[in-house]
Amino acid sequence: MQAHSNSRNVTVMEHDNIRRWHDMGGQPAGQIDLDQHNFALWEKRVDALMVLTSGKGYFTVDGLRRVLEDMGEDTFETMSYYERWVQSVNQNLLEAGAYSLEELSTKMAEVTARGETYGDCAAGGE
Amino acid sequence: MSTLRAPVKVRVKDWFPPGHVRTPFFLRGKVGVIERELGPFHNPEELAYRQKGAPRKLLRVRFEMSEIWGEDAETPTDTLDAEIYEHWLEPADAT
Repeated sequence: MQAHSNSRNVTVMEHDNIRRWHDMGGQPAGQIDLDQHNFALWEKRVDALMVLTSGKGYFTVDGLRRVLEDMGEDTFETMSYYERWVQSVNQNLLEAGAYSLEELSTKMAEVTARGETYGDCAAGGE
Repeated sequence: MSTLRAPVKVRVKDWFPPGHVRTPFFLRGKVGVIERELGPFHNPEELAYRQKGAPRKLLRVRFEMSEIWGEDAETPTDTLDAEIYEHWLEPADAT
């Protein structure tokens, strides 16, 4: 990138090798999609989960971002915003000891057994 | 860095750690002036890894577009403000 040509010690080529994928300020970009869209119920719940669990002190937005960044560029292309969020929230909660993998697995099996649809799965909950 | 007072020229460190940082890549190695000091905040680079996060001073630094983008700058004398933690800054005359 031309933009880095006046940096002292690091050559342009080295820069391009060490820039992390998410740190895209100043990179060429295409058209920005400004369309508004609604959020699905599960997406709102992921958002609420983040607010509730970070409010409890299990992790901060910094931890959320750290995991999102470490998930890599491919996930940015293949997963939706809240799909990435729920993965990061889960990772942070596991690291914080909010629940164990055994507890998570047990719960996932229980929810799966409730039915096929989102409504069925949610309806059987507490 | 605790003695820094506006207007002081500072250079953003040419650091490229692999972890979670808040200093934009495109400002690494660039020189700007301190626009103002902001409060101490828990260091997000430590918070991200479940550490308590030592309080670090956050500074608002003003850069000229020509400094950031060189000859590619569309409006070379426009400025950009970025908030950067003290440990990412060094006096601009440092080698």
